[in-house]
Amino acid sequence: MDRVVKTDGWLLARALCDPASVATLDANGWTSLLTIARAEQLIGSLAHRLEGLPMPESAARILADARGSAAQGRVLALWEAEMARRALASLGCPVVLLKGTAFIAAGLAAGVGRSIGDLDILVPTDRLDAVERALIAANWEWVKPDPYDDAYYRRWMHELPPLIHRDRDRMIDVHHTILPLTARITPDAAALIADSVALENGLRILSHPDMLIHAAAHLFADGDLAGGMRNLWDVHRLVEEFGTEGVFDRAAHHGLSVAMHRAVRLAAALYADPDGVQLRLSRLDRLYLHRLTARDGWGRAVRPLLRQAFYMRSHLLRMPPLMLARHLWTKWRGGHHAI
Amino acid sequence: MKHTHQLRIGPVGFRIGSDWAAPIAQLKTLYRDYPSPHGDIADFNVRLFATRPWRRLVRPSVMIGGDYILPEAAPLPLAQGLLAAEMAMNLQMALGQRRYLLIHASVVERDGRALIMTGESGAGKSTLAAMLAARGWRLMGDEFALVDPTTGLIHAFPRLVSLKNKAIHVVSAAMPKGRFGPLLAATPKGDIQHLVPDARAIAAMDQPAMPALLLFPNFGFAPAIRDVGAGEVFVRLTQASTNYVAMGERGFTALTRLVREIPAKAIDYPDTGAAMTAVEQLWTGL
Repeated sequence: MDRVVKTDGWLLARALCDPASVATLDANGWTSLLTIARAEQLIGSLAHRLEGLPMPESAARILADARGSAAQGRVLALWEAEMARRALASLGCPVVLLKGTAFIAAGLAAGVGRSIGDLDILVPTDRLDAVERALIAANWEWVKPDPYDDAYYRRWMHELPPLIHRDRDRMIDVHHTILPLTARITPDAAALIADSVALENGLRILSHPDMLIHAAAHLFADGDLAGGMRNLWDVHRLVEEFGTEGVFDRAAHHGLSVAMHRAVRLAAALYADPDGVQLRLSRLDRLYLHRLTARDGWGRAVRPLLRQAFYMRSHLLRMPPLMLARHLWTKWRGGHHAI
Repeated sequence: MKHTHQLRIGPVGFRIGSDWAAPIAQLKTLYRDYPSPHGDIADFNVRLFATRPWRRLVRPSVMIGGDYILPEAAPLPLAQGLLAAEMAMNLQMALGQRRYLLIHASVVERDGRALIMTGESGAGKSTLAAMLAARGWRLMGDEFALVDPTTGLIHAFPRLVSLKNKAIHVVSAAMPKGRFGPLLAATPKGDIQHLVPDARAIAAMDQPAMPALLLFPNFGFAPAIRDVGAGEVFVRLTQASTNYVAMGERGFTALTRLVREIPAKAIDYPDTGAAMTAVEQLWTGL
């Protein structure tokens, strides 16, 4: 495997995939690796992955700091989930933790060292109003006072406008499904909740197949691939831990087969089989990989045209063209007219 | 990046990259006696870049970037590129440092023991630290006290001393042989000139010191010294720390240990002479 690793996201992918490969890094290589890992919010995951391996003392110290930071992030994320649990307990409706908080609450490998920002939860659509009232009563507040944004979220998005807690300054995203209502694909939100699994404290997590499907949906049917390396690391770890049994049938049920297959293929390309020997990657797959790894050794976003193309694509996936035009026009004017 | 430099201040390594030669040349001159990061692997990156590609040349303005950024940071004119670099390094520390509890304070050392001076902007932290250094104290830093949560020791972070407005003249008069950077006029923080820490401060920057006294200086009042109760010290230190919350329990332990173990005094002073007298008096009384 004498493949030359470029100074871009592949450097990080290689270190995560094959930790022993860092033995060949010089000081410059280490600096680039740590910088890219930080920029992709994967430094905590990397720090756990490389723990105990021989490495320069200064790199070991930086990674030890990253592990400490992730440990503290874990405490805060679990506390935030507990705060939401208490605020919503009296409603008696299922509250499903999503993404990073779910991984750490369930003790999954994908949660080890993972950075966690907002708290994401999923609740039944018909309980959305009650959940919103309960959160506001418990001192969460609106972040976006803009009436157009607010109305847009409520009519078309898969989540409430983000709420932030007055004292703890942490955001909560309350989802009622996993894709915007404007997208062509409509996942079965009721099934996500029906098949969710209870944790000891009464909060719930998605079933393993749905967890993977959510990661894929977020990445390929909604987002512009920002944070994609971390997202695919989640996918890779989940597949390693639970395999893919039942995942593709379930994805088909949600209408997310294409996204799910792509997520598994690209996660393997980045983190399991970087030479692509076992994988049949299409041209489009390679374009995705080129976009996902668009980060230089200074942590800068590179390949701007490719980034822009994927950004536009994400909007086209999110809503029909005419609606997109109207949305962009309204945003550009800064106006607050009818949706 | 096109122009780069690496340096180490106390235990912290920085890699600085810039679209322009001038800020890097200034850093190389002023930090010429500072070593490289340990193992040439920097803890933090700083980037100075043009807001738009053409702004490298036309009315060049410097954006601050790095591993950690504040979204609302405003660009500075290229003439203030050195200030941009200093601000960016401070920002990486304030937002990214997790090994040490940071307290926004200046620190000087004598006989292996550290005097920590903290207060709001304008209280005279940097000025007093520079003046004490001119009188034989070792300068450990004018921006952050680095508290090691494991040992309780203060680590030195002797970056360039940032002197503002009237303090520039006070300190340059007291240190005729001091090395100073260019005068940066009319920055967002007023006039700024940097003082290079003396050879001793740089040579000894890997030696930590045990904290011995905590001062809250207050410039512009008749001379007075008062005790500060533990509760007030605790609250003021949490406010003066940039990473107290992010450090979690380790931060709490380090901070409460400081509150419990060293005396804290507030001093009011009308001029630096009065402050020097108060400091010497308190230090001999320890």
